[in-house]
Amino acid sequence: MEMTEEALNNERLQAAARFKAFMMQNSTKTNFNLYDHLVRLLTKVMDERPENAVDVIEDMSRELKGSILQEKQDTLRDNPSSSSALLLAEQQKTLFKRAASGEGDHEEELVDSPLPNVAELAFFFEQAGVGLGKEEMQRIFLALKQLVDTQCLQRCRIWGKILGTQSNYLVAEGEFREGEGEEEESTEPSNEDEEREEESQEDKDEAELVEAADPPPKSTYKPPPPVPKEENHTGVNKFTYFVCQEPGMPWVRLPVVTPAQLTAARQIRSLFSGRLDVPVVSFPPFPGNEANYLRAQIARISAGTHVSPLGFYQFGEDEGEDEGLRDSFEENPNFEGIHVNEMAESLNLWVHHVQHILTQGRCVWVNITKKSADDVDEDAEEEEKEEEPDEPEPEIGPPLLTPLSEDAKIHDTPPWSSMISSYLIPQFSIAVLRSNLWPGAYAYASGKNFGNVYIGWGLKYIGEAYTPIMLPPPHSEYPSGPEITEAQDPSVEEEQALQAALEEQTAALEETEDLEEEDDDDG
Amino acid sequence: MDSDSLHYSVDLAAGNGLTLSSEQRAALQTSLVILKRSYKFSRVLFWGKILGIKCDYFIAQGVEEDEMKKKKSLYSLNCLDWHLLPQATESMTADVALAAQGRFTGDLSHEYEHTETRTEGEGDEATEVEVTVKVNEASRLATTVSNIDKDVSVVPRGAFTKSPSGKVQINRSFGGLHPTEAAKLRNYLHFREPVNLKKKSILEMSDLNPALDFLDPLSEDIPKGSWSLQLERGGTVCVLRSLLWLGLTFFHVPQTPQHGYIYMGDGLINLDLPFML
Repeated sequence: MEMTEEALNNERLQAAARFKAFMMQNSTKTNFNLYDHLVRLLTKVMDERPENAVDVIEDMSRELKGSILQEKQDTLRDNPSSSSALLLAEQQKTLFKRAASGEGDHEEELVDSPLPNVAELAFFFEQAGVGLGKEEMQRIFLALKQLVDTQCLQRCRIWGKILGTQSNYLVAEGEFREGEGEEEESTEPSNEDEEREEESQEDKDEAELVEAADPPPKSTYKPPPPVPKEENHTGVNKFTYFVCQEPGMPWVRLPVVTPAQLTAARQIRSLFSGRLDVPVVSFPPFPGNEANYLRAQIARISAGTHVSPLGFYQFGEDEGEDEGLRDSFEENPNFEGIHVNEMAESLNLWVHHVQHILTQGRCVWVNITKKSADDVDEDAEEEEKEEEPDEPEPEIGPPLLTPLSEDAKIHDTPPWSSMISSYLIPQFSIAVLRSNLWPGAYAYASGKNFGNVYIGWGLKYIGEAYTPIMLPPPHSEYPSGPEITEAQDPSVEEEQALQAALEEQTAALEETEDLEEEDDDDG
Repeated sequence: MDSDSLHYSVDLAAGNGLTLSSEQRAALQTSLVILKRSYKFSRVLFWGKILGIKCDYFIAQGVEEDEMKKKKSLYSLNCLDWHLLPQATESMTADVALAAQGRFTGDLSHEYEHTETRTEGEGDEATEVEVTVKVNEASRLATTVSNIDKDVSVVPRGAFTKSPSGKVQINRSFGGLHPTEAAKLRNYLHFREPVNLKKKSILEMSDLNPALDFLDPLSEDIPKGSWSLQLERGGTVCVLRSLLWLGLTFFHVPQTPQHGYIYMGDGLINLDLPFML
């Protein structure tokens, strides 16, 4: 009996050894064997003790195989990745470096710096449910500091962010001191000249191709004279705007906006791509590239949505002009702050502090020749805030510091929604205003503080599907005259009558000739 | 996005300017846990926020065992009390498309009315009848949520698997897309019943893995260019924004299983998209 048991044991051992040998056979493909794999897998299970181990065993097995493959040393040298993330990180690193300066200067800077407190702004807007995340706001803060350090600005604030399809724009609003920061303007007209030259060149080429036998008719269309743009520090060009794509990237100064661009921007609906130099593809054609379009939209958004509590700003006393023309104001030192509940309930307590843009594309109306002014009026049908009755001229927009309650509705949508940030702790909440006209524009007010920001796609809410404007009727190719007007063919009777008349004429002629000849003969 | 990871996912998808305030976040963390229990959901997703003129709607979704079927949507006005939204039926969607105009008001009982004249009968018997379609905002909200889910809900490829029995489940071994793959639109899929997949030829299907590629990729959307794919946060987060439903943001952190989408907007489809591209 003992012998048989021993033999059985022996056999079992042998069978086990045979199976172990089978399991230790290396795979011809991967050069692994099952035995080692199972050992590793079970060790892993023992070490990690996952819950419901039987359910996840396949995944663990796969992971294990993967990790073995990764361990293999590569024969190629490691390629240090230069991904876009790394490049950006290197660029952003400069933001976090402290500027090396003497300590004496430092204190002066603290007092004089036009740098706004972005952290405070972010804190308040975060309560309103608006923001870009804490770290991002901090980076923007640092980027703004960089801007203030490099440009000599009198005032500066973060305007907002405009989303694009490929990248986004961070927009900062700055105000230069009088007479500074105007060096870039001279470059613009030269650009336009170049374009004109190119156009005329093309025209010439085409003209050579078409033979002179049948000259094409000259266009009689005369474009209306362009509305002159507003100077720096006035109207829509009161502030200068800087954009960058990511905090840490260089700030780019946007060109000044022209009335033609504002008028065109009102008629088109186009997303931003995120690159300043691409042309805007639209109908009607937009005069300029994306930088100009961006600047135009910024001007429109600012005019529509920059609001402050009533009484925060007041008109200067020295200005005795009538209300519509006043374009400057100062901070009211006696402003006490308005209670949050009142601010949230009544739009009367909020006022616009950026001038309304007229349909002409300027803040202050200017009389260009009378005919053209009418044309411009017809083109610009979209109004920013209040629908002006079709007064011929001059146009007058609502004056500065007009309450929001005067804003017009768009398709029964009130232009503003107001709320308080917290209903649970109302005593510490802030009043929040959301624009329905420009989705993405927000304002808050808390005590003596207020702020405006825009984060969105740069598109206005129009309340209905967009309809591009109709094409103008085509011009007549030739002036209509007798040689190209169609007439009915004459009937047989008419032809016969005409022929008879002609014959009579010739007969009469011949008779007179005969008479003359006879006279000659007589002579 | 998953309610458990809400506290950091909201920040990752905050690039379009709208986030949740601290008070709302705290309230959601409390109420969604209770919601999960009381409706017996296996997972609760915070879906987003629809802005109304008077107040905003917060939307959450609960899923049961199958991740795709039997999704239930709930709304709340204060992030605390959740109520079920009605299921969007086809007739309801058609009525809402006809009648609902303009922005959401913020009042669920608000009624939208639309009157139009239709001709009934044929030939000489044709008569013009005035038909009035009435829908309330609750059904508009329900259809908007279901439309957005149908049009632009996104998951990265491989995040969900379909078992042979047809059950869709989270892929436990999904480790995230590789950074180079994450920059390609075809690696993101519509999380809805596939529409285009059935129309594909055998040749096109040959490369697809039936367990993973059971959904339509975003790269086949019409019109082309209705998505904006960007790398944010210093290139570490892949963010997709829909241009058709402005306000939908999807994020995925490459090489991690973190992904999710959130809608924060006014609930209006961007019909002008063809003019903008």
